[in-house]
Amino acid sequence: MIKLDMVTKVYPDGTEAVKNVSFEIGQGELCVLLGPSGCGKTTTMKMINRLIPITGGTIYIDGVDTAKMDENALRRDIGYAIQQIGLFPNMTVGRNIETVPELKGWPENKRRQRGEELLKLMGMDSGEFIGKYPRELSGGQSQRVGVARALGGDPPILLMDEPFGAIDPITRVRLQDEFLKIQQTLKKTIIFVTHDIYEAIKLGDRIALMKEGELVQYDTPADLLYNPKNEFVENFVGADRALKGLQLIRVKDVVKASPPTVKSGEKTEIVRERMERAGINWLAVVNGDGNFLGGVGKADLGKGDSVGDVMSPSAETATANTVLNEVFSLMLSHGLDNLPIVDKDNRLQGVISFDTIRKALVELTQRGKTG
Amino acid sequence: MRHYVILISLLVLLLGLTVWITSLDWIKEGVYRPFAWGDIANCTKAHLEMVVIAELIAIAIGVPLGILVTRPVFRKLTTPIIGGANVGQSIPSLAVIAIMAPILGFGLQSAIVALVIYGLLPVLRNSYTGISNIDPAIVEAARGMGMSRRQIARKIELPLALPVIMTGIRVSTVITVGTAELAVLVGGAGLGRITLAGVYTMQPLTILQGAAPTAALAIILGFILARVEGGMTSRGLKVKAEMA
Amino acid sequence: MLDAWQYLIAHPEKLAGWTLEHLWIIFVAIVIAVVLGVVIGVYISGRGKEHVADTILYLAEVAMTIPSMAIFGLLMLLLSSVGLKAIGFLPAVIALIIYGQLPILRNTYTALQGVDPAMIEAGRGMGMTEKQLLFKVRLPLAISVIMAGVRNAIVLIIGIAAIAAMIGAGGLGVPIFRGLRNARLDLIILGGVSVSILALLVDNFMGWVEWWVTPRGLKER
Ligand SMILES: Nc1ncnc2c1ncn2[C@@H]1O[C@H](COP(=O)(O)OP(=O)(O)O)[C@@H](O)[C@H]1O
Ligand SMILES: [Mg+2]
Repeated sequence: MIKLDMVTKVYPDGTEAVKNVSFEIGQGELCVLLGPSGCGKTTTMKMINRLIPITGGTIYIDGVDTAKMDENALRRDIGYAIQQIGLFPNMTVGRNIETVPELKGWPENKRRQRGEELLKLMGMDSGEFIGKYPRELSGGQSQRVGVARALGGDPPILLMDEPFGAIDPITRVRLQDEFLKIQQTLKKTIIFVTHDIYEAIKLGDRIALMKEGELVQYDTPADLLYNPKNEFVENFVGADRALKGLQLIRVKDVVKASPPTVKSGEKTEIVRERMERAGINWLAVVNGDGNFLGGVGKADLGKGDSVGDVMSPSAETATANTVLNEVFSLMLSHGLDNLPIVDKDNRLQGVISFDTIRKALVELTQRGKTG
Repeated sequence: MRHYVILISLLVLLLGLTVWITSLDWIKEGVYRPFAWGDIANCTKAHLEMVVIAELIAIAIGVPLGILVTRPVFRKLTTPIIGGANVGQSIPSLAVIAIMAPILGFGLQSAIVALVIYGLLPVLRNSYTGISNIDPAIVEAARGMGMSRRQIARKIELPLALPVIMTGIRVSTVITVGTAELAVLVGGAGLGRITLAGVYTMQPLTILQGAAPTAALAIILGFILARVEGGMTSRGLKVKAEMA
Repeated sequence: MLDAWQYLIAHPEKLAGWTLEHLWIIFVAIVIAVVLGVVIGVYISGRGKEHVADTILYLAEVAMTIPSMAIFGLLMLLLSSVGLKAIGFLPAVIALIIYGQLPILRNTYTALQGVDPAMIEAGRGMGMTEKQLLFKVRLPLAISVIMAGVRNAIVLIIGIAAIAAMIGAGGLGVPIFRGLRNARLDLIILGGVSVSILALLVDNFMGWVEWWVTPRGLKER
């Protein structure tokens, strides 16, 4: 557990970068430091591993005042990843990741094993990458290695300063997703700096919103969105905060029941009857193994005898873990009213409709207002 | 490949000239004879000794000093020392050598001191640049991971700066070989003796008998040090980015 | 130091003469070296000249390592074998041209290579001919780097011109050699200090010129 108590930073030139900031981060929590550029996020973060000396106040880790710890020992137990990455170009990917294990004096084979393990965790082929040099990596790969290196010594705490900031948007989303999945198993205590509200909502268990060196609001993403403390928070969150809330909900949170389906070999007339009886006008089409094939609308049924002839094969699907705003934008951009949910073997798990999304959003907004 | 052809042609030309001149009976019929092989060998040896001594001293001073002025503690010295080295570099080598005579008198020490001073500048400058051009993010990452100052210097900064420092040493050595030829003017030894005899008698062949092997020496040392530089450069700094 | 000062008071015209000789020879050399260096630099930066460029740049790099006495000796030999005057101004100025154009051609080449391809593309897109592109886009963008090369070249050849006094070229090397030969410390100091001051002054002056020719939009301050 990390606790900041009345933490203040005044730079030698007189800049008051952080003013009396206090908050606590629980074990295994991911806390996002959010705010406009120059508001003091980086300064706050770097005071935790003492890269920047603190001017006033105290920072405790598990109840111990960090100022009383040995600086280098403290840092070896806090993983550190930054936007510029700063991989050591003279060392291989493997040596980079093994830096902290080496500093901690782990035996050779344990270090090696750790390197391979972390590359695998980052979704990289360790055989291919462990001997490569940083200059042979793409931006996304470097960033993954940067995170792997931060995890090298298996630190309980991780500091990350805009680690995905310099990457193209598509890769960034992928890295965020992978990172979330990794965090679910690792359960590290993480301080994550970003100025991107979408990233903050998507990743954070809690968000500390800062402004000009002060902590404005420290809350869960939902409360930040729907219970803004003041005008600054409201403006920072933006008028489209309802839509941003879609980031907080995943498909599995709202889609429960297994959906009605049809087989591709069924006769269209029988299907029409079923649709009319159930009062729906769209059905997912599956094969005998339950694999999703496409969808069929009521209006198409007249065009042929069997469902297989009239269905429209669909490439767009979501998984149980997809966040609702991605579902929503898929639906909008492909003109779909329903989006099938499949597992990794393409077996149909459910169907999500516009209406489901609307209901989920209303519920979320209500919850924010009441509590 | 093309580089080797150029290098070898030049060396063949320079060494060929030396051999040809040394094997002549007369430089000027009845007046001047060429220097003997023994003289050339002795002068080459003396030349090399002078260069090696001066260069070792220049390295011993220049590398630590150049690194020291990158440390925060010595920030105040950075501008005077590096600025001074930059200004010093535009002073002609002949002036640096000549000024030694009134200060230290004539003799081998004067020659070596002049060579050290002049050779020091590139070493000093490159040591400073090599360290201070390292991406600050790399050093910060190292600090953030809990490396001590010494570990950062040894494992990160030095290996990254080494190629640049080595370039400084190479440039300095090559300059010193040529400057050493002039250092005979204040009492130095080496191939400059032969060249100077040619200057006093205005015989181009005698000038070349000293200057051609000097040039060959400069080229050979430059080549060897370039190879050493390549060998000392971390593989990670040599690989080309394969993907953007 | 005092002796040198007294000598200067007694014979100011001598120092003036050596200085003028020195300036004249570097002036002639640098004018020709600039023309040569820029022309060669532009030529080898053209498309399809990569091999030529590589050869010439490597040759220039190696040539820079050859001490000046070897070049003087070679030139004296060549000139006398074709019946020209083998000592004095001629071999000296040729040697200075050779040395002087190396940094210029190198910087010209580097600067032209360094011009953002997008700008050249934009120029082409506007319908500029290759010649217009060179004079309106590439050279103006490269000019400050080329001038830095010229500055290096001048400082370099001021030093080499001093050495050229050994082969009878005159200039500020004369009092240095005369002093060293006859143990006249006043002459050594006078020559050594004067040539150093000249180099520093010219270096500063060229620094200012470099700034002055840089196009407005590229100036740092
Ligand atoms: N070394 C420094 N010296 C003086 N002021 C600084 C220094 N580093 C940062 N600042 C100032 O402190 C404030 C907060 O900076 P920072 O923590 O980097 O902000 P953020 O990470 O939120 O963009 C800014 O106004 C910045 O200009
Ligand atoms: Mg920041």
